[in-house]
Amino acid sequence: MIKTFLSLEWKAFSRSASFKLNLALKIILGIFAAFYLVMILALGVGVFYMLKEKNLEPLSTVNKYLVYWWLLDLVIRYFLQKSPIMYVKPFLTLPVKKGKIVSFFLGKTAVSFFNIYPAFFFLPFSIVLIANGYPVLQVLSWHVAILSLVFFNNYLNLLIDNLDRVFTVVLIVLVSFAVLQYYKWLDITIYSTPVFQAFYSSPLLGFAMLLLPLLLFRYCFSYFKNVLRTDEAVQPRLKDAQTENFTWLEKYGTLGTFLKNDIKLIIRNKRSKSTLLISVLFLFYGLLILTNKTYESETWRLFAGLFVTGGFLFTFGGFVPSWDSAYYPLMMSQNIRYKEYLTSKWWLIVIATCASIILASFYLFMGWKIYLAIIAAGIYNIGVNAHLVLLGGAYVKTPIDLAAGKKVFGDKKAFNLQTFLIALPKMLLPLLIFYIFNRTWNVTAGYLAVAVLGVLGLAFRNKMFRIIQNIYKKEKYATLAAYKQKN
Amino acid sequence: MISIENLKKIYNHVTVLNIPGLQIPTGQSFGLVGNNGAGKTTLFSLILDLIAPNSGSVSNNGIIVNQSEDWKRFTGAFIDESFLIGYLTPEEYFYFIGELRGLNKSDVNQFLRQFSDLFNGEILNKRKYIRDLSKGNQKKAGIVGALIGMPQVIILDEPFANLDPTTQYRLKGIIRELAAQKNTTFLISSHDLIHTTEVCSRIVVLNKGEITKDIQTNTETLKELEAFFSKGILEEV
Repeated sequence: MIKTFLSLEWKAFSRSASFKLNLALKIILGIFAAFYLVMILALGVGVFYMLKEKNLEPLSTVNKYLVYWWLLDLVIRYFLQKSPIMYVKPFLTLPVKKGKIVSFFLGKTAVSFFNIYPAFFFLPFSIVLIANGYPVLQVLSWHVAILSLVFFNNYLNLLIDNLDRVFTVVLIVLVSFAVLQYYKWLDITIYSTPVFQAFYSSPLLGFAMLLLPLLLFRYCFSYFKNVLRTDEAVQPRLKDAQTENFTWLEKYGTLGTFLKNDIKLIIRNKRSKSTLLISVLFLFYGLLILTNKTYESETWRLFAGLFVTGGFLFTFGGFVPSWDSAYYPLMMSQNIRYKEYLTSKWWLIVIATCASIILASFYLFMGWKIYLAIIAAGIYNIGVNAHLVLLGGAYVKTPIDLAAGKKVFGDKKAFNLQTFLIALPKMLLPLLIFYIFNRTWNVTAGYLAVAVLGVLGLAFRNKMFRIIQNIYKKEKYATLAAYKQKN
Repeated sequence: MISIENLKKIYNHVTVLNIPGLQIPTGQSFGLVGNNGAGKTTLFSLILDLIAPNSGSVSNNGIIVNQSEDWKRFTGAFIDESFLIGYLTPEEYFYFIGELRGLNKSDVNQFLRQFSDLFNGEILNKRKYIRDLSKGNQKKAGIVGALIGMPQVIILDEPFANLDPTTQYRLKGIIRELAAQKNTTFLISSHDLIHTTEVCSRIVVLNKGEITKDIQTNTETLKELEAFFSKGILEEV
């Protein structure tokens, strides 16, 4: 049975219309992953001796910081680990036991980079410990406990994606820890270190930790099996429709008609709603980078600025026209000009970017120079990147299933590695320009150059639109064919 | 109104559609019948420029459809559920299409009044999004959407499938009435020979991508069609 499921997975991947793009992304990700695995491996082997040299007891020092890694692991998983998608409907009427479907689904999540990479650190580290005379049984129990925590995170992340109440609880816990830690009111390591140490000192406790992921697995299993039973997995529960009129948009003619639709698209679908949420989170990305001493250079400030003002641009704009994939044939046969269609999307992106620039004014507290970087980056985003995302979108061709948020096994993530990889090249050019002007003249010239580039992009808007329009026209049939493949 | 020349569509070296020439004059109710895979949807998709022909061309009111977008102004179509916007309520969907065709809200409301029988109280003011409607009701919304603003050319793919018998009768009445009063060219495909002969003044039979029959509807048409589609089967029996 598992073999059948696996072969179906492979067919879904290799026969997808966006196969080439997916494959390319997978290869790039593979290179990244290999690079990180090598680094982690080196750390795993070397950390024992590094700590020894500094006259620290290696195991207890590692135990002290483990809690940070564990929590960070969960956060990274939330953003990057894709929840696997499975189309279960066709199986429900076939002679396949529901338990089989669910356990395949849950088992699939276990085969993930995020469950494998810890082994690259903990395996060599444990071996080094044993080689240096630490008792085998105790190291083993410690290792098993850590492994259990890894898989605990794996299934917790799955629940976070699917159950809003789990998400809320975890978020509150994490944020309160972060706040307590940041203001130094409470040091969690004081409480966590003895726990991690106990995995080593009392092997029984260490092995008992295995229960944690097992129990969670059991819970996930019964949860998913249950939802599979009720209508919800197949037919979502209905909610009363809201109706907004947005009459104030009517005076903008066809543009207003499209904007009205786009706003409804964003607020009425879970996937796009979470996109909006993510783009708000992007606003705070600067806090992460700018408070860190390693990122003090002006180039990093500009990088942060591009992120802070570009949240909506990258998460929403990067997937135009895929947002309309479900009814693209309608858009292509209605009385719609490409130009009007693109203009409305462009305005949406520009308005959101302008709003981000204004909302980001709280960075003024960190100094007007930082805000200057944000403004320059914002102008660049509006003038150049807003066009580039629309251009790139013509080639993305991954249909977005707007209703997926309602499906149990659907793809609910608004932000994934694909978004990031598509966004990254758009950051490089302004950083390069800035770097050159900053080197030859000064910081102001650098920011000015980036901003001027943005203004130039705006000035040549019509020219840019013509180019984009032609590409959309050229890609039209391929896009229509790709969107037809819903799963 | 619509003229087709040397139209060919090939998928993986298989010719799925090959029409040397076909003229559909303005105001005609044109019926397209054929078995599964005969090329009905392919032909409609080519007329709507949703797929590219391998050779030949389609022109709609003198406009070659893959060269200019101007035909979109006077053409309405409903092929499948990908012509519906799921997150809108039916009213919002109708207003959206109305606005694209230059009608305001009250125009659309006025236009919708004639469909109250067809809607049977299940579409308007139900506080439901289109994605939450039943398959049949979605279809009704899509068909009416294609009619909004009375475009000169209306293309409906399998409009009778998935509808209950009462609705099928009502829809037939509406199409006949609209085709009679206005100078609208209807293109309708169907498996249902009875419906098609009742609604259409001309019927073309597609078989494996080629036109095998082209008849003006008369009292004998249904018999002729039935004979054609049951030919092989009767011989076997």
